[in-house]
Amino acid sequence: MENILKISNLNKTYKSAGHILTVLDDISFTVTAGSTNAIVGPSGSGKTTLLGLCAGLDSATDGIVELKDINLGSLTEDKRAQMRNKHVGFIFQNFQLLPTLTALENVMVPLELRGEKNINARAIDLLDKVGLADRSHHYPAQLSGGEQQRVSLARAFSNSPSILFADEPTGNLDAETSEKVIKLIFDLNKEAGTTLVLVTHDLDLAAKTNRILKIKGGKLISDEKTGNE
Amino acid sequence: MKKPVMNKLLMDDVDFKRKINIPWLFKMAVRDSRRNRSRLLLFISSIIFGIAALVAIYSFRYNIQNDINSQAATLIGADLAITGNKDPDVQFKALLDSLGDDRSEQRSFASMIYFPKSQGTRLVQVRALEGKFPYYGQLETNPSQAGNTFKMGKYALVDKTLMLQYNAKVNDSIKIGNTTFLIKGVLNNAPGQTGLSAGIAPIVYIPLRYLHETGLVKVGSRVNYSYFFKYNKQTDIDKIVKKINPHLDSADFNYETIETRKENTGRSFADLSRFLSLVGFVALLLGCVGVASAINIYIREKVASIAILRCIGVKASEAFLIYLIQIIGIGLIGSIAGALLGTAVQHLLPLVLKDFLPITISVNISWIAVIQGVILGVIISVLFGLLPLISIRNISPLNTLRLSFEESSISRDPLRWFVYFLVLVFILSFSYMQLGDWTAATVFTIGIMIAFLVLTAIAYLLIRFTRLLIMSSWSYIWRQGFANLYRPNNQTIILTVSIGLSTAFICTLFLIQQLLIGQVTLSASGNQSNMILFDIQTKQEKALADLTRKQGLPILSQVPIITMRLEKVNGKTAADAKKDSTSHISQRAFSYEYRVTYRDTLTASEQITAGKFEGVATTGKDIPVSIEERFAERVKVKVGDHLLFNVQGVMMPAIVSSIRKVNWNKISTNFQIVFPTGVLEDAPQFHILLTHVPSNEVSAQYQRAVVKQFPNVSIIDLGLVLSVLDDLLDKIGYVIKFMSGFSIITGIIVLISSVRISKYQRIQESVLLRTLGASRKQIFAITSLEYLFLGALSALTGIVIAIASSWFLAKYRFNMPYSINFMPVAVLFLIITSLTIIIGLLNSRGILNKPPLEVLRSNA
Repeated sequence: MENILKISNLNKTYKSAGHILTVLDDISFTVTAGSTNAIVGPSGSGKTTLLGLCAGLDSATDGIVELKDINLGSLTEDKRAQMRNKHVGFIFQNFQLLPTLTALENVMVPLELRGEKNINARAIDLLDKVGLADRSHHYPAQLSGGEQQRVSLARAFSNSPSILFADEPTGNLDAETSEKVIKLIFDLNKEAGTTLVLVTHDLDLAAKTNRILKIKGGKLISDEKTGNE
Repeated sequence: MKKPVMNKLLMDDVDFKRKINIPWLFKMAVRDSRRNRSRLLLFISSIIFGIAALVAIYSFRYNIQNDINSQAATLIGADLAITGNKDPDVQFKALLDSLGDDRSEQRSFASMIYFPKSQGTRLVQVRALEGKFPYYGQLETNPSQAGNTFKMGKYALVDKTLMLQYNAKVNDSIKIGNTTFLIKGVLNNAPGQTGLSAGIAPIVYIPLRYLHETGLVKVGSRVNYSYFFKYNKQTDIDKIVKKINPHLDSADFNYETIETRKENTGRSFADLSRFLSLVGFVALLLGCVGVASAINIYIREKVASIAILRCIGVKASEAFLIYLIQIIGIGLIGSIAGALLGTAVQHLLPLVLKDFLPITISVNISWIAVIQGVILGVIISVLFGLLPLISIRNISPLNTLRLSFEESSISRDPLRWFVYFLVLVFILSFSYMQLGDWTAATVFTIGIMIAFLVLTAIAYLLIRFTRLLIMSSWSYIWRQGFANLYRPNNQTIILTVSIGLSTAFICTLFLIQQLLIGQVTLSASGNQSNMILFDIQTKQEKALADLTRKQGLPILSQVPIITMRLEKVNGKTAADAKKDSTSHISQRAFSYEYRVTYRDTLTASEQITAGKFEGVATTGKDIPVSIEERFAERVKVKVGDHLLFNVQGVMMPAIVSSIRKVNWNKISTNFQIVFPTGVLEDAPQFHILLTHVPSNEVSAQYQRAVVKQFPNVSIIDLGLVLSVLDDLLDKIGYVIKFMSGFSIITGIIVLISSVRISKYQRIQESVLLRTLGASRKQIFAITSLEYLFLGALSALTGIVIAIASSWFLAKYRFNMPYSINFMPVAVLFLIITSLTIIIGLLNSRGILNKPPLEVLRSNA
């Protein structure tokens, strides 16, 4: 299988009050295309920082992040933005929908950015898939948390990404809604053949993926296959 | 470490050269503004009044220029006017007689007139006229034909304010000198006259042929000779003027044509409109502070949205452009609203300025002014919006995962300094466009900068020191109220700058007005002279002094005056000085008619700065004269230099023996040139007498007695001058207040929008406090205390800046001693502080009056 993401000797440090704080320490792994992966670890272990670096939202202090064989460190922020627009989808814990745009417009934005045609029908189709076609003209503030996360899912899949990054996608949802959202993520992922990298505390959710990477104190302490195919 | 090999195919797969999609950016700008439009409009409303003020003034300027062009002929009343202050000699008279197809002649001078019916007397400007002047326009009189018929007999036209003042009616009599005239009509307006000039020196027209009979024009009398010419055919007046100019120069006469009047009047009003537009510009700058701070808060609130956009692939430049489009759009709306308001307000300007205008002002929509205002509004919105806008470039997509708006990197952004530079260049250039002088524009820009910096520094210090000042022993309300000044998202800086700047501007205007009025009132108080009698002939001197004493009035000063001209300075004539490029002697020094006195002592208002005062002339030597320092500067002479004076035909060589500093502000007889005794005693001269009248009744009685016995003697009643000056300053003050009203309204809007911003910032914690059990009263007290501190400190800083700037103006511009009446300043302080608290509380009432849950839900 082809590798879609390759992390080599990744380090991330911050300067804080005159001291150097190491958040990620020499992390290396690869992600094969179409696989589902979970990054787990306690709070403050560096999971979210790792996700941000893998998605090209931040630059590493040292080491290389290759997404689809492109070294993200060699790109400017604007070029990374265009990489994200073309190949990456995101799901956030707090949904991160644009509050002044309707559900439909939120889903359309990545497609509009790419200058694609007939996006209205595609966006409505995606909203239909997440069960929100009838709420397409509602603003985020008029939707429940679960509904907002479903809009976020539709937006994440709108640009047919090669890889989907999810940061605690059920962290702000109740158990019942979480179940529905998780099912949707995996169903859509399967249907689109997208690679999934998710960060979570929820071990049950992590167990649904093909592979679990455990992080502690900024180090990768285990990398296990779950046996799911 | 192994370097990855770039996959060319994949790199091409991503369109790194994606072009900016302008229509999409517009679409996003509109979408993003959806839930913020009312707030954006409130922010941008700060510039509406500044733009309105400028559009009103620009429209007024364009209209007035058109009106001057169309009415210039009626301002001068003839094709050519030639004026001088001496009787033309035969040769020059022959030249004058050869000009024009029709001619009119006028002599004007100051004189007392007497109203026998009311027994009132008043100093007026007498105009003795012969001919059909004015050829363009008319003497506006009531009845209307009186403008022509008064020349047919011993009739007069009397200014309407005089008629009202002395309750005179048409067909009543007035006495001018020895002659009684019948009032033929009320003079409403003469060519080129303004309401203001009529108030200072009301005009009385009489026929020229009766002038001699009045006995008022004698040797040494100060008379203005005017000749008006009308050409029937199309004539090149400029050509004629060019031809006769050398003769005019040698005869010391000046000329005026319709074209020169057009230029001069246009120039005067350009000065007026420049000043007014500068006042409008201050209002606009104040609005800009509001815009910059409002956009700053707006962008801070948009960090999350911008990070999401960046996360899903929007480039930094695209994110920047989305918000730039919003600012341009909202700036455009604000500017159009301002331009509409300004177009409406310009209807008021002719009413406000009518006393300063010699022409009828038409009010038309000036599209150029509207376009200028709209463009200016958009430029200013963008320029002041740029500071917060450029920070968008630095907002990382990582903010979607962790909010970390990094201030430190923003302050190091070189583009930020470039924007500061652009703002400065804009202020300097715009000030130059208004003032037409780089020095003045630089002083204005530096002044504004200093005010901004002082206010910002005060706000910073307040933020720093409040933290240290708060004591744990204070009650919670006081601690919370104080703490609001420095806690995150505080509005201390913006409120201090906007309130402080408005206060400084209003207070400076007020203090200067008070100083000017105070200075004049001071001069007239106590036992100082408040009545000046002039044109007293030598033979009348003793009799008039006796009359004054008989009336129980003191003779504070009695001074002889001799008129003379300057012929040579250190051997150089006016012509020599003109030819010599190294000579900087003012040409005016040679054409001016000096009024000189002689005495053997200095007065209390004089002080020798160089040389020695010599009070007595020595026979056979050059006459030792004392000259005033500014005159010495104009004529470029020092002690020991030689001057040659022409005393009515007799040449008198003089040597500069001393240079004096004169306090011109004191109402006494002050002179540029003082001769010693023993030289001018026999020269043709008149005298001045200064006295002090204790009341208006005594003044009227004394004036009646003087005019009856000495009709040629003119009297200046300082009480009257003061009331005219008071009226003049009131009118100027009204214009300034009208224009600064725009600044005040802008200041209030900036205040409201700033306080509203802080409301958005504070709403969460106020609701939390209420949820935790704080009473309405406690929240009310905390909010009141916060705005009390802010309002009081800002107003106080503004007042300190106003005191400093008014002191600067008093010392370096008006050259007068400085004093302050603190009572009205204290009232201003209280008003500004109260206004801040009231607006603060009004904006917070939504939080105070509603249950916490309702507010939380509405803000969710």
